[in-house]
Amino acid sequence: MRWRAGETDSRTDTTFLLFSGCVYGNECDVVASKCEHSSVLLKGLQSSMMSEGSSFMKGMILGGIFCLVMAFFETFNSGTHSEGREHLHHHLKPVSKDELQKLSESQMSDWTLQVRVYCLIMVTPKLLVHWATANDTWSKHCDKSVFYTSESSKALEAIDLQEQDEWARLRKAIKHAYENAGDLRWFFVARPTTYAIIENLKYLVLDKDPSQPFYIGHTEKSGELDYVEYDSGIVLSYEAMRRLIEIFKDEDRCPERGHALWKTPEEKQLATCLKYTGVFAENGEDAQGKGLFNKKSVSSLISDSMGQNPADVVEACCSDMAITFGGMSPSQIQVLMYGVYRLRPYGHDFHDSLTFLPPNDSDND
Amino acid sequence: MGVEILKQNKVHPFIIKKCSTWLIKLNSNILIVKNRRAALDLSQKVRVLCWVMTQPQHLKSRTQHIRATWGKRCNIVLYMSSEASDFPTVGLNVLEGRSQLYWKTIRAFQHIHMHHLDDADWFLKADDDTFVVLENLRYGLSKHNTEEPLYFGRRFTPFVAQGYMSGGAGYVLSKEALRRFVKGFADGLCTHNTEIEDIGLGKCMETMKVQLGDSRDVLGRQTFHPYPPNNYLPRQLPRPRPWYLLYEHYHPVEGPGCCSDLAISFHYIDAVQMHTLEYYTYRLRPFGYKYRFNPGERSENRNNN
Repeated sequence: MRWRAGETDSRTDTTFLLFSGCVYGNECDVVASKCEHSSVLLKGLQSSMMSEGSSFMKGMILGGIFCLVMAFFETFNSGTHSEGREHLHHHLKPVSKDELQKLSESQMSDWTLQVRVYCLIMVTPKLLVHWATANDTWSKHCDKSVFYTSESSKALEAIDLQEQDEWARLRKAIKHAYENAGDLRWFFVARPTTYAIIENLKYLVLDKDPSQPFYIGHTEKSGELDYVEYDSGIVLSYEAMRRLIEIFKDEDRCPERGHALWKTPEEKQLATCLKYTGVFAENGEDAQGKGLFNKKSVSSLISDSMGQNPADVVEACCSDMAITFGGMSPSQIQVLMYGVYRLRPYGHDFHDSLTFLPPNDSDND
Repeated sequence: MGVEILKQNKVHPFIIKKCSTWLIKLNSNILIVKNRRAALDLSQKVRVLCWVMTQPQHLKSRTQHIRATWGKRCNIVLYMSSEASDFPTVGLNVLEGRSQLYWKTIRAFQHIHMHHLDDADWFLKADDDTFVVLENLRYGLSKHNTEEPLYFGRRFTPFVAQGYMSGGAGYVLSKEALRRFVKGFADGLCTHNTEIEDIGLGKCMETMKVQLGDSRDVLGRQTFHPYPPNNYLPRQLPRPRPWYLLYEHYHPVEGPGCCSDLAISFHYIDAVQMHTLEYYTYRLRPFGYKYRFNPGERSENRNNN
């Protein structure tokens, strides 16, 4: 390439090339406008550097470099579009014991009322055995538990959504739950293959205001998107539900039936829709930073810990206040119920500031 | 009661509310202090020596997991093997093998009687695949007198007229029972008449007039278990007794009523299950949950009345 002075390219050519350079940058919506302004400067540069066949390459390179530089600076500045990233609690922990002890009796009783949970359990007849187990065990600890099914089963009661598509079914269930919430303000969405300790879920959200948007669980990353893993349970506050219902009306940003050739899993679709409303996924963990939401079974986690931390298996494995486990058979779940709610050493008492009573219609807890 | 007095004297409801919450807090604090103290007292008042029947090949695959979990909760723990080692194991003068199990038991109790009779109040035998909750064992034993000839465990019916305790589920001898067992062999009243250690010991206990205790909780639920929890807990349709419940002395219950909240042992527990049970018993818990079964409180009330 030879740079020759004195020859000018057409204005439209250079502007187009600078824009095309912008395609390489991530933050193009905002940066493109900056590119426009800078193109005026660069045009001046171009006119002095011109050469015929190489103007295309020069434009591409200049545009690309410029946009990358702008994008780089953008991530350091806290501009209006990065407000979401400043969300203070990407890692969500329960209230500390000290804080709990400082509270008054009336505040305690307020919180006990506020922290009630509506469980949405998404079932299918294929999962009948797990459906029956969830029905018999942990779902009784929810303040209200509703089973939403793809098609009805004669064996068990559920709300028949008559919908085979999982994302559409989830949307319908969420709408139904929001409309029937009564005065319940926290929502837990799970499949019956997940086991949940609802009291520990309440402990996690005890001091969080449900009129703020919360979307909690075990978070994973897919490219730019942080989402809550479905298999370990999803927690939504009333405000998050309200915003979801709103964005469901937007067929462009949150379509009911996907337009893509391949199906995006519902957990990612949910995260995307919520992100448009300014709600971001938060990882639920205990005071020591151990994850509270697990998609693996207890024995699987213990087994992993035996390999990784043979000196301190139980300590390193799982939280004392764990909320969910997954992939457990019905008989393992019945043993887990006994292990959580009954089996304990005499004399080990915990002075928890709140009391949750056993449900009326169950045993083995 | 304090609240009634306040109400009778027409004290302002706000004051009643404040006083009653203070009273509730005070009472619950007293109960907590009482229970914690109770737990601490028990480990001093009810001293348990545990001996674990093991062998050199099992130290790494099984026994180390006992050492890492419940072994340390015994006042004294002895790992009995054919060979002494740095594990540490005690070397008994026996060979290895299923046929030697009763010899091991005899030698183990003789060793304990000779070296540790005064170091503990009760003497527990467990296998290297048994999981034991020591606090619940002490609680169960606390009501009994170790100078009486008693032994506790999971009661089986056949082979011995008065019955015997399952070896795998673990059994515990009072001090007097231990003396009589050793004396029985010393005097020739008890001999090595079988290879099956729990039946052999049961026969000797019968000969030496040691009584079988009832280890069930106040609701009649079992505390010692010769099989893992998933053999008992899952709900079953009414059915004839499965093979593993054929020896039961007390009428067996399947489903949640099988097992006490304050269970003492489970058997055939592999390494992963050992740590899992440790996690379930000592760590994983539901925040703020009011347990349905509170024997401590009931006995408090009984004492007060």
